[in-house]
Amino acid sequence: MALIELKNLTKIYRLGDVDVPVLKGISLTINEGTLLALMGPSGGGKSTLMNILGFLDTLSGGQYLLDGRDVTSLSANERADLRNERIGFVFQNFNLLARTSALKNVLMPLEYAKHRQRAKEERAWAEHLLERVGLKERMDHHPSQMSGGQQQRVAIARALINRPKILFADEPTGNLDSKTSDEVMHMFQELNQKDGITIVLVTHSPEIGAFAKEAYHIKDGLVVDGTY
Amino acid sequence: MFLLKQITTAFVSLRRNILRSLLTMLGIVIGVAVVITMMEIGAGASTSLKKSISNMGTNVIMVWPSAVNTGGISSGSGGSISLTEADCDAIRNECLSVEAVTPSMSRRGIQAIAGNLNWTPNSINSGNEDYFTVGSRGEPESGRYFTKREVDTSACVCVIGQTIKEQLFPDRDPVGESLRLNSVLFHIIGVMPRKGANMMGMDQDDIVVIPWKTLRSRLSRSGASATASGGTSATSSTTSTSAIYPTSTTSKYPERDSVQAQNYPMPVRFNNVDQITISACSSEQVPDAIAQVTEVLRRRHNIKPGEMDDFTIRDMSEMLKTMTSTSGLMTSLLLIVALLSLVVGGVGIMNIMLVSVTERTREIGLRMAVGARGSRIMMQFLVESVLLCSLGGLVGIGVGRGASMVIASVLGWPVEVSLQAILISAGVSAGIGVIFGFYPAWRASRLNPIDALRHE
Repeated sequence: MALIELKNLTKIYRLGDVDVPVLKGISLTINEGTLLALMGPSGGGKSTLMNILGFLDTLSGGQYLLDGRDVTSLSANERADLRNERIGFVFQNFNLLARTSALKNVLMPLEYAKHRQRAKEERAWAEHLLERVGLKERMDHHPSQMSGGQQQRVAIARALINRPKILFADEPTGNLDSKTSDEVMHMFQELNQKDGITIVLVTHSPEIGAFAKEAYHIKDGLVVDGTY
Repeated sequence: MFLLKQITTAFVSLRRNILRSLLTMLGIVIGVAVVITMMEIGAGASTSLKKSISNMGTNVIMVWPSAVNTGGISSGSGGSISLTEADCDAIRNECLSVEAVTPSMSRRGIQAIAGNLNWTPNSINSGNEDYFTVGSRGEPESGRYFTKREVDTSACVCVIGQTIKEQLFPDRDPVGESLRLNSVLFHIIGVMPRKGANMMGMDQDDIVVIPWKTLRSRLSRSGASATASGGTSATSSTTSTSAIYPTSTTSKYPERDSVQAQNYPMPVRFNNVDQITISACSSEQVPDAIAQVTEVLRRRHNIKPGEMDDFTIRDMSEMLKTMTSTSGLMTSLLLIVALLSLVVGGVGIMNIMLVSVTERTREIGLRMAVGARGSRIMMQFLVESVLLCSLGGLVGIGVGRGASMVIASVLGWPVEVSLQAILISAGVSAGIGVIFGFYPAWRASRLNPIDALRHE
């Protein structure tokens, strides 16, 4: 079943007087429950595509359907709410709050949730997620006291705190060595298989792409070839 | 609940960079502390200024009889015989804004002799037992002031000023000694503390004070002439005209010699007093007191509406106005300086909040990425800056109170707790938090999440 449908999506940045087209008409479908990799050389537009998919950025043209609902033109606040309820992000540079414990980092997105649970339940859920990523005993540590792999696992737990349907990961292993990269990727696979979370990975590395069920190659703002 | 959560979040993020938060707060702390200290010193100074102004007699009201015009010749001020002791009592009993009332008469040019020394005091003043309250003379330096009984019995007692003491009793306490005024022997029962010159430059310590009834009955030189002409202070100081133009009436009785004449003045007794001196409870109540005194005297003197008063009231309100406006000016000047320092503190807050927004751009981007609306980001920074300012304000109030207490104890300046200052600076510091926190918060809320996340 199609979770996301893009129809002829374009994105144009304005640099001074010059229009720079980044995405030149992308049409693709992302099915629910898939583990998809957006691959391609840097500067090809795959990050921009992911930002638009994750409602961090607006699109210039075309149509975006999420769950069959047209979400092409939403206000900033509507996009913020969608991000909070449906989407989790994992970034290349982890983006954890410094001088804040792992547990509080994981709990942070709930501050902006519309429907809050009781503090106890929220905490229990956060602890459960940290346990899943194998960091239960390190939940009071600050990011500076953790290795890169551990930080990224905290970030994954944070992305899951709102029980999102889709997880976007932008070069999640870009700052990690190959061993921890494998660990993180296995974790994504597990989340995808066990929990049925749709995961969209952005990467330029074929090794990481090999973990995905399917992949789109993006080059010069266009999908070069389809799934494989 | 929501606000509490916001405050907790803000508190946590302020604590994450505790040194910077403290340094930022310092601006507000100093600003508020300066406001508090300035206001307290200002209030203290203004109170003590008011006190010393009223010591100078700004709360004093003087009542004279009006001039009378007899056959085309005006007597000048104080010519009529209209004020009595009963008027004094009525004023004391009926006027709420009046602190004390005394009749007052004075004589000048009377020589005081004690032992082998003599001195002519500037004036011999008289009044009742409230004379010293009205004149803000304070407690006696030694001895005591005279009592109501001594006034009523025309007792020959006197209280002397510092200058008299220096001239006549240079080496000893004069209390218990005697003094002669016009051959009448007076017991010295007290010495007044030094008061210095008055605003006209007259030495206020060069006086002898005696009960007014004593002055009227015993000290009027050739009593008839003194009191018959209205008993004004001016007449008493002129020398008897009979010496210059001897009258040629022959007497059927043996002539009295001069000593007899002085010791046994002719008992022509009017019940009038030359002047009534009144002190209002405070300088501010002078206008009320004047209104009340006027009403009482008009009623007692049967003056119908529309008729002129038969008395004249004077006060020092002009001087008072000048003095209070001076102290008010000083206080507001201090306040302006202090408020300026608060504004400087506020600019400091804005500065640091802007730095903080820049520094935390990625955090803002992250918060937006996980679903924070712009308004929430704005709220967060606004709450942070208000919290920072309010905390700074609270600390500043404490520091200011402490500083003014230190000033009070070390420099001995008068200081007064000013609730007004505390409320103002608490309000102003929170207000500064909102005003100067707004721009940085607004900038934070307008950030684009992608750019913010990429910010290095």
